[in-house]
Amino acid sequence: MMQLIWNGLIVGSFYALVALGYSMVYGIIKLLNFAHGDIYMLGAFVGFFTLSAFGISNETSIPLLLVVLLLSMVTTGLIGVGIERIAYRPLRRSPRLAVLITAIGVSFTLEYGVRQIFGPNPEAFPIRLESSGFDVLGMRVTASQIVLVVIAAVLMLVLAHIVERTRQGRAMRAIALDPTGAQLMGVNVDRVIAMVFFIGSALAGAAGVMAGAYYGSIDFLMGFIIGLKAFTAAVIGGIGNLYGAMLGGVLLGMLESFGSAWFGGEWRDVFAFGFLILFLTLKPTGLLGARVVERM
Amino acid sequence: MARDLDHALKHVPLRAPAPLYERPQPPKGVFSSQRGFMRALGLVAVLLVAVLPFMDASRYTMSIATSALIYVMLCMGLNVVVGYAGLLDLGYIAFFAVGAYISGIFTTVLGWPMWAALIATIVACITAGIIIGAPTLRLRSDYLAIVTLGFGEIIRITANNLKITGGPSGIHGIPTWSFGPWGFDDGFNLFGIDFPERVVFYYFVAAVVIVVGVIGAGRLAKGRLGRAWKAVRDDEDAAEAMGINTYIAKISAYIIGAVWAGMAGQLMATHLSAISPNSFQFLYSALILMAVVLGGMGSTPGVIIGALFVSLAPELLRDFAEWRYLIFGVLLVVVMLFRPSGLWPATAVLPWLRRTRPTPPAFTEATAVPASVMESVDGTPTTEAHEGDRA
Repeated sequence: MMQLIWNGLIVGSFYALVALGYSMVYGIIKLLNFAHGDIYMLGAFVGFFTLSAFGISNETSIPLLLVVLLLSMVTTGLIGVGIERIAYRPLRRSPRLAVLITAIGVSFTLEYGVRQIFGPNPEAFPIRLESSGFDVLGMRVTASQIVLVVIAAVLMLVLAHIVERTRQGRAMRAIALDPTGAQLMGVNVDRVIAMVFFIGSALAGAAGVMAGAYYGSIDFLMGFIIGLKAFTAAVIGGIGNLYGAMLGGVLLGMLESFGSAWFGGEWRDVFAFGFLILFLTLKPTGLLGARVVERM
Repeated sequence: MARDLDHALKHVPLRAPAPLYERPQPPKGVFSSQRGFMRALGLVAVLLVAVLPFMDASRYTMSIATSALIYVMLCMGLNVVVGYAGLLDLGYIAFFAVGAYISGIFTTVLGWPMWAALIATIVACITAGIIIGAPTLRLRSDYLAIVTLGFGEIIRITANNLKITGGPSGIHGIPTWSFGPWGFDDGFNLFGIDFPERVVFYYFVAAVVIVVGVIGAGRLAKGRLGRAWKAVRDDEDAAEAMGINTYIAKISAYIIGAVWAGMAGQLMATHLSAISPNSFQFLYSALILMAVVLGGMGSTPGVIIGALFVSLAPELLRDFAEWRYLIFGVLLVVVMLFRPSGLWPATAVLPWLRRTRPTPPAFTEATAVPASVMESVDGTPTTEAHEGDRA
């Protein structure tokens, strides 16, 4: 029981990190960034590439993981900004369908671009976290798991600080409320949106590196399912709401953990998507989301 | 007095004023109207499809041609959903899977004859369309996209996990059509030409179904329902205000898309005689969407071209096969950025029918309008007209 909760918490923290980016981008420009899951994959591959370039393999050091994490975050953040600049910004005034299709195109480009560079087979991630652990409250906990959860929590706290306490964060919230109004008040909308893409992509990249170190193997399609799951998490929590994304991620991780214990692991994804559909039809605003009145 | 004047002018030929400058001749024959030209083009396409087996009936050619036709069917179905009704469906392959699996299970596990399985397939697809559509079609467009994606994955994973669908290895030995003692396996001899392989027959069956499917979808789009779809796509609130039941319009588009995909799935299952969950990944939903978007959403010729491109390109360009998904992804972004209406847009007008105002000749002394023309424009008969009358 406790073990299930703990496992759910770890997976959930990955989901939450990816869901944050989804939720932020959606909240600010109402775009479902399909490529977001692939940014997560890119994060893992950036880590893999840099470590391999230095000839490092089977390393267990946690400081090294942190360095790689930062590097990946900066790289994926810049990639996210580039994608926004090239693919999404020119279409900001287009119908939604056009932007969604573009996002799918970007997702394909990233997935199969990585496949062309690194090949279709899974790669072993060069940093392995040690699996020796200890028992707490009847659950098996390893030091590395704690590190991962702490990193995720720290990143989320930093994000919450940025959004709620800084000038840039206020600009983001203003754009989410009313882009035109924000622009009239002197907010540089383009720059703030680019920044949102940077932060969201950096978080996804961090989750990618952490997942690589946690699971030990990465492949070019690893972002697809987690993109869907993160969206589910964002919807459960209420899309556009940061705390909702965190809550939704952890909740989805737990639900999956219990779901696979009860119905068997092969039904885990069905369980998650079933929840997505249930939530969208019964309570599309999610647990913490505000009611949105919308004119399409 | 007026009557006298009428009488007097009865035999005066009324002449239109001479044109100020030469107008271009209107095109003649099949080129004279968009509709006529498109029909002729369609006829040529159907003839090409019908003639192909007589030119090259090798197993390989027939196999890829059948697959290409099935792609066309799938794309026409998705075109109804995305192109006409504007609902982004990212799990479209799920209906294809339902069609393939239902016909596979009913003919192998339950041993039904093919025609009964076909009816069951259609019923199952309508049901699947309603089950997936009913709760989700009230959602916003982007939510709908991701929910359909989720449904697509659910169907695939379920097929992968259940026993009746054969698990990861799928269903084998799906029988072909047979009418009493004679089945497609037996082959046929027509006018001295041997049709030894069932592949050729499947090609013909597929060709007939697809021609009917393409024409059917095109006709539906022109009717009342089709106009309702397009109205919903362009502005849902305005459509509702005009008295269109948007929910019925959307769900009917969904059901028709599902039936089209189900028929394609049935053809695929009997054509390949084996199906497995791997053929129903998200990748294929995305490929079909790409075909529709590249060709032109809502445009029949565009969608056919897109479907043929997506299905035949890896066969024709072997070296390109490995790069194709990357290229398709980039193409999708590029098309959306620079030509969002696709290769052959739905609103395309044939270039020679495009109405352009002819450029008037530069105003010089020579081209100045003669006084007599001005008079006839004013409506007063010129002296020449009277002279002509008397003569």
